Amino acid sequence: MGNGTHLGQVRGLGSARHGAQPWLQQRMTALGNIVLVGFLFISLLRLPLGEFGAVHRWASTPMVALALALMVISVFWHARMGLQVLVEDYVHGATRLLALAALNFFVFGGAAYGLFAIARIAFAGGPAA
Amino acid sequence: MAGKEMGARPRAPHLQVYKWGPHMTVSILHRVTGDGLAIVGTLMFLSWLGAIAAGPDAYAAFLACVWHDPAGGQLHQITNILGKIVLVGLTWAFFQHLFSGLRHLVLDTGAGYELKSNRMWSIIVMFAGAAATAATWAYLFAGAL
Repeated sequence: MGNGTHLGQVRGLGSARHGAQPWLQQRMTALGNIVLVGFLFISLLRLPLGEFGAVHRWASTPMVALALALMVISVFWHARMGLQVLVEDYVHGATRLLALAALNFFVFGGAAYGLFAIARIAFAGGPAA
Repeated sequence: MAGKEMGARPRAPHLQVYKWGPHMTVSILHRVTGDGLAIVGTLMFLSWLGAIAAGPDAYAAFLACVWHDPAGGQLHQITNILGKIVLVGLTWAFFQHLFSGLRHLVLDTGAGYELKSNRMWSIIVMFAGAAATAATWAYLFAGAL
């Protein structure tokens, strides 16, 4: 560990010297998740989830759409870091590279899908009900 | 690069040399619930959100699959049960990960490592996660009646 030799650094051993930033990002997104997922959770409890019109009106409110968009960003950022640790701890060898690629496709694809859905609800007006 | 680190490098003694305690349970639950939410939770949320964006028919199809099918399709009778199990599981994972995460934020400040308080808060986190889940679904079913 420590500073490592040049060969060690090439092999991915030792500190990358950037550990503090992901550490902080994980905690910042955790704080964001407390507020934003908390908002979603309370909303889900209060909404008449069986009525499409009411749910759609709620989601198309500018403040709600903004909160949902922020939540998607915060959640998928946090999820990416958590899933990456999972892969790095349990998946070894060449499969690790595939697993990391898969998780990146998943979180970026998921976040894009979520943001696009929110934009469509908020901007397109959607099918009135 | 990947895989090379599994060579002859020395490793610290791990699970096998320690007596199991609540702090270890709450630690592995944090990982399990976090990754469960990251995969199952996000997929469930995106399905719901996508159904809202796609319109009333898609939303009705989502509800029929996950919660209740007014037409009473045979396949949906099974998926409705699975849907409720997943939703209860996600509720528990949410609360467990939330409370456990709050515990970690406190631990990050350097507090709460004394044996007794560490054990106590580990147990409190697991109890609170289960209690909040039970309270949520009691509230939901009380409202439905």
